Amino acid sequence: MRRFILIAVPYLWLLALFLVPFLIVLKISLSDIALSIPPYTPQLDLSAGWDGIKSFLSELDFENFTFLTQDPLYWKAYVSSLQIAAISTLLTLLVGYPIAYGMAQAPDEWRPTLLLLVILPFWTSFLIRVYSWIGILSNEGFLNQFLLWTGIISTPLTILNTNTAVYIGIVYTYLPFMILPIYSALEKMDGSLLEAAEDLGCSRLSAFWLITIPLSKAGIIAGCFLVFIPALGEFVIPSLLGGSDTLMIGKVLWEEFFSNRDWPVASAVAVILLLILVIPIVLFQRNEQKQREMDQ
Amino acid sequence: MRRFSWFNATSLTLGFAFLYLPMIILIIYSFNSSRLVTVWAGFSTQWYGALLQNESFLDAAWVTVQVAVASSTIATVLGTMGAYVLVRGGRFMGRTVFSGMIYAPLVMPEVITGLSLLLLFIGIGLDRGIFTIVLAHTTFSMCFVSVVVSSRLVSFDKSLEEAALDLGCTPFDAFRLVTLPIIAPAVISGWLLAFTLSLDDLVIASFTAGPSATTLPIRIFSAVRLGVSPEINALSTIMIAIVTIGVITASIITKRNSLAQQRDEQAAARTA
Repeated sequence: MRRFILIAVPYLWLLALFLVPFLIVLKISLSDIALSIPPYTPQLDLSAGWDGIKSFLSELDFENFTFLTQDPLYWKAYVSSLQIAAISTLLTLLVGYPIAYGMAQAPDEWRPTLLLLVILPFWTSFLIRVYSWIGILSNEGFLNQFLLWTGIISTPLTILNTNTAVYIGIVYTYLPFMILPIYSALEKMDGSLLEAAEDLGCSRLSAFWLITIPLSKAGIIAGCFLVFIPALGEFVIPSLLGGSDTLMIGKVLWEEFFSNRDWPVASAVAVILLLILVIPIVLFQRNEQKQREMDQ
Repeated sequence: MRRFSWFNATSLTLGFAFLYLPMIILIIYSFNSSRLVTVWAGFSTQWYGALLQNESFLDAAWVTVQVAVASSTIATVLGTMGAYVLVRGGRFMGRTVFSGMIYAPLVMPEVITGLSLLLLFIGIGLDRGIFTIVLAHTTFSMCFVSVVVSSRLVSFDKSLEEAALDLGCTPFDAFRLVTLPIIAPAVISGWLLAFTLSLDDLVIASFTAGPSATTLPIRIFSAVRLGVSPEINALSTIMIAIVTIGVITASIITKRNSLAQQRDEQAAARTA
């Protein structure tokens, strides 16, 4: 009996507040927009019995999905989300790898502090971390002031409200997710392998390329997915740092829902976003699984 | 063999500068007396004063704290139960669905979680307010708690529990007296994680909050959309300070505990 309660409580909670809501989204994505409250049709009328269910089912269709494929705004938003997420993931890797590498090479007694310094920003508010870049990147912001002062540029650069600002924002906020898995892979690495390589006449660069990189591959893959997956559905960064031409699907969904009040289309956008996410999530799971098997 | 070269030192310095400079600038300029946030005009704490008089921020902060305490506490209970079921529950009907529901919210984009919960609340005619935000936050943060707690449960020796059962403990007592003290650090970090996730959340709260309840991130977001403001800098500084103190204290306590545990184990080994 106790066991039953132990299983049933979290089970029912997730069923009611995770799975059922998602099924509702699925259902509304197949409905039509209507001028009513709630603003979609058909409504399921269980009091009408079987006929109610049948007429309900017959009114569902894929119109919203056809609409999404016809209106270029949406597929452009999907493509540009994928592009922005991929470019920022690559940039995060380029910034994060040297940091993780430096941490793994650092003296033992420094490492707990370095680790704490990487984790600390993760606990600070995401919103504040994104916000802190507005003052830096704006036309009269600190970056432009600095560059003008040094004489590198003579007119301020426009960075805020462009895709560049979005890249910077994603790299900045997701950097700990990239550093930590790479660091934990590099930390486990046996240093004597590098010594052996050098004894055998390998240059340091080629030893790095032939030994360090392959041995940290699992960390690199995990880090990339941990950045790519949340970046794809990102809303805060494109809406604060991006411009009006920055198309990201999270932002489109938000506007479709709150500004246009088109719930069926917003739901269809959500369903497609999820379908796109399934591929990287499955690949990520596989990578983790493989890692666990190798550790054992 | 570790070689800490100038290259490592440079990449660490640049990397940490990148991570911390934006926040340091934010903190410095929260003490700027000018309303123009990028021009330094002298030291002043006036924005902190202005903040304390700003009722809408204070109200939002209070709502946020209430939501965070309630949701992280419920999430910790449910998440620990979930972790226990996953690791020790054995086989039961729908186990795959259950573990799927635990892991899926971790990777679910916030816009989708928010949208789906809002549609549910409207569908069942629930008035939106603090209560609905608590429900929403509990749901996604219990999954994070489950993951944290289950990683601890996996690593600990099951025979300890079995010994307690053999010695006549009821399963509940065995959990309370043996399992819970061992997994306590993970349960506490799960609570802290759930608490921070709730404090931090903008997107899900925006979907599930009604006009009667505005959380701090929602309030900050609507202010920030209009650009940088010195009050927000002051508010951010306070939040960064609280988190920094909290994280550093927690890490010192953990370190001290693990040292004490090491000493105990060594002492036990000597007497044995």
